[in-house]
Amino acid sequence: MSSSQLYEAPEIGLTGWSRWIWRQLTSMRTALILLLLLAAASVPGSIYPQRSADPNGVALYFDEDPVLAETLDFFQLFDVYTSIWFSAIYILLFTSLVGCVLPRTKIHFEALKAQPVQTPTNLSRMPVFESSTAAQGIDPVEKGMQILQKQRYRVIRRGDSISAEKGYLRETGNLVFHFSLVGVLIAIGIGGGLSFSGQRVLAEGDTFVNNLAGFDSLSPGTFFNPDNLAPISVTLDKFEVDYDFANETNIGAPLDFRATVTVRTPEDQVGKTALVRVNDPLDATGASVYLTGHGYAPQVTIRDANGDISYSGATVFLPQDSNMTSIGIIKVPDNLPEQIGIVAFFYPSVIELSSGAYTSIFPGVIEPLVSLNVYTGDLGLDSGIPLNVYALDTDRLTQVAGRGTNNSAVEVKLGETADLPNGLGTVTFDGVKRFASLDIAYNPGQFWVLIFSLLSLGAVTVSLVTPRRRVWVKATSSGFEVAALSKRDDPKLEEVVRELTQGIRNG
Amino acid sequence: MTIVLNEALSQQSLLVVYAAMAVFTLAFLVSVYHLSQAASLKDKNLKSVVVFERIALALTILGTLILAVGVFMRGFAASRVPWANLYEYSITGSLILLMIYLISVRSKEVRIMGTFVVGFVLLVLGTAVSIFYVQVASLMPALQSYWLVIHVMVALLATGFFSLAAGLSGAYLLKTANWVENAKTTRTKNFRKIMEIFPSKETLERLAYRFNIIGFVLWSFTLIAGAIWAERAWHRYWGWDTKEVWTFIIWTLYAGYLHANATRGWTGKRAVWLGLVGFAAVVFNFTIVNMFFKGLHVYSGL
Ligand code: HEM
Repeated sequence: MSSSQLYEAPEIGLTGWSRWIWRQLTSMRTALILLLLLAAASVPGSIYPQRSADPNGVALYFDEDPVLAETLDFFQLFDVYTSIWFSAIYILLFTSLVGCVLPRTKIHFEALKAQPVQTPTNLSRMPVFESSTAAQGIDPVEKGMQILQKQRYRVIRRGDSISAEKGYLRETGNLVFHFSLVGVLIAIGIGGGLSFSGQRVLAEGDTFVNNLAGFDSLSPGTFFNPDNLAPISVTLDKFEVDYDFANETNIGAPLDFRATVTVRTPEDQVGKTALVRVNDPLDATGASVYLTGHGYAPQVTIRDANGDISYSGATVFLPQDSNMTSIGIIKVPDNLPEQIGIVAFFYPSVIELSSGAYTSIFPGVIEPLVSLNVYTGDLGLDSGIPLNVYALDTDRLTQVAGRGTNNSAVEVKLGETADLPNGLGTVTFDGVKRFASLDIAYNPGQFWVLIFSLLSLGAVTVSLVTPRRRVWVKATSSGFEVAALSKRDDPKLEEVVRELTQGIRNG
Repeated sequence: MTIVLNEALSQQSLLVVYAAMAVFTLAFLVSVYHLSQAASLKDKNLKSVVVFERIALALTILGTLILAVGVFMRGFAASRVPWANLYEYSITGSLILLMIYLISVRSKEVRIMGTFVVGFVLLVLGTAVSIFYVQVASLMPALQSYWLVIHVMVALLATGFFSLAAGLSGAYLLKTANWVENAKTTRTKNFRKIMEIFPSKETLERLAYRFNIIGFVLWSFTLIAGAIWAERAWHRYWGWDTKEVWTFIIWTLYAGYLHANATRGWTGKRAVWLGLVGFAAVVFNFTIVNMFFKGLHVYSGL
């Protein structure tokens, strides 16, 4: 295009400018550059940790180099895919797409109704061309028309020539493909707004109720309404893990995780039993339940100096390694005479290293041991600030057992009872439960994302494999001519012309 | 649930892969010799060296059969499909690339790409046996899904088509490079002679486009299948995990390539370069991202 056009007009005016900008935006070149920009803009999100996927990674950046982290954050490099610049690119791209595809749709509709084009005067100029003599008594044009019609060309005869066209599906497919991409984007947007996903850690026997209070953490979409949460509850009845015992090099590798749950609804209080596995979530109406993690929840009972139970139950311990050495925090505010806090280690299959430290050598429960570092003082539970259940704030606590104190850590084997130091009471190791980390999520848009994705895949495939061909047959004094033209790559074009010529010649 | 792993069988399969590599090395040398002869012979004598092309092709078929045995043995040793870690992707991916090549070799124009295909496969297999090899191990539960079979298989197929297209694009760029077209020294002139036995630049461009189209459709399917699987395994169909990001980047780059082929001023060399940028992203995704980037997709097994 020539830029001189632009300056010829004495006054372009606002509408002129807008039209010019619109034409630029909806040009193929702009579309291409925006596509490449989108690819380039996606790269940093794979280099820097993203808040949405890896918040701990982001926190680590802030710990290690706060100045760098601040700078990166300023440029939204921890939120690349929701950043202003990333959004700008794809919004421009999709604006361009709509602006490009709408006029093409109109043109295509007209082309669908129109007759094939005029036969060019000089057929030999076409990319594929053949001329031949015709058999006696045959009208080559009529014969060509029959053949092409059988091959589902749209054919029109004009005098001594025919003009045929086929492959309108190429453009149809292309347009459906581009429109489906818009569909995908809209479904992503609406679905994301209406969606939610929450996490909940459940020990065996515990129940999750699908309301705001039931989640340990929740990421709701913009239009999420907690009143719409499906009224279901899920009880974790049993959690089983199969470990490999048989293959020497693979011992301890987990082979299968199975969470047996009971799902109850207001209508069905007895509930239905179901199995949730990795890759095999439970699909309830309005929410699916996914299995994303697991670990141990040792059960201990603590009795205070008077022999009264001050704590009893299963506590979730977070696994630290593949053999499931786990750490848990136990807070006992009601212990007398003092509150106690415990940092506990759990070894499902313990051995003692030569250094005297313990480690677990197998992830299953074979030789379980709990070892407790005990603190006394103020747990800080009365301050009203919600505390992390997986961390012990030791600011106002004094350690009384464990490394660095005069008393060694308190060790208890399964079924046994040990004394806490300084006459604080006793601890009993009653049993081992497992816990499951569940994700509870719902996205009403994902079905439509899938539909539009598949539609676009189908359409682009049809479009790419359908050649758009024009074929002409013209009678000449000595016989006839055949020529063909294809829009873009067409591996079969020569064959088409050859076969058509033969077909006509053979009558 | 129990499984049977057979590391001894896997070691034997490794030996078979080495044997296939030996045959590919021979095939590679023969086809390099074939190309070098093209530079020194007069046009009419060229036919006499076509026999080397035939030998190279026969060796490639033999090597492919041996490699197929190795891949099957690895699958039996692990009692599952042999594409669940980087080593297995490499050997199965090589096999798929070779099969795509051997199927399309009936078209004469593709046959000349043998040097590239076998050379590339040697590079991949060499890296696989020396760096990527891991003992057979059970699949972590997140990978135990029929989507592993479908999603990864189609990704490897797409990669095979992209690889062949990249080879054709490379040939196109060599053929059309300034220093080749206007060769001045004897050396560059000889090189131009080699490039003359390749198909015309139009043919190379068109073939590359066709392979890239098939790759693009398969890659689109990979992306969708990955999203379906991610929803089942991780509760969300898309989360911009590093591997998801790179799948998207590759898809976008190839969409750009297809556009370029229909954009005035971008067809020809520019579009071909763009296709190669897409392929560079494929290779980057396969190696660097698999080995060094953090993410949910940790299955290189290294
Ligand atoms: C999200 C953005 C886009 C993507 C992913 C995309 C992708 C594609 C793909 C894969 C093709 C080749 C398949 C086929 O020919 O049917 C294609 C073709 C095409 N696209 Fe797009 N496109 C996008 C935006 C646009 C925009 C903004 C325009 C207009 C400016 C446009 C115009 C075209 C045209 C005219 C073709 C046909 C090319 C041909 O004749 O082969 N596209 N697009």
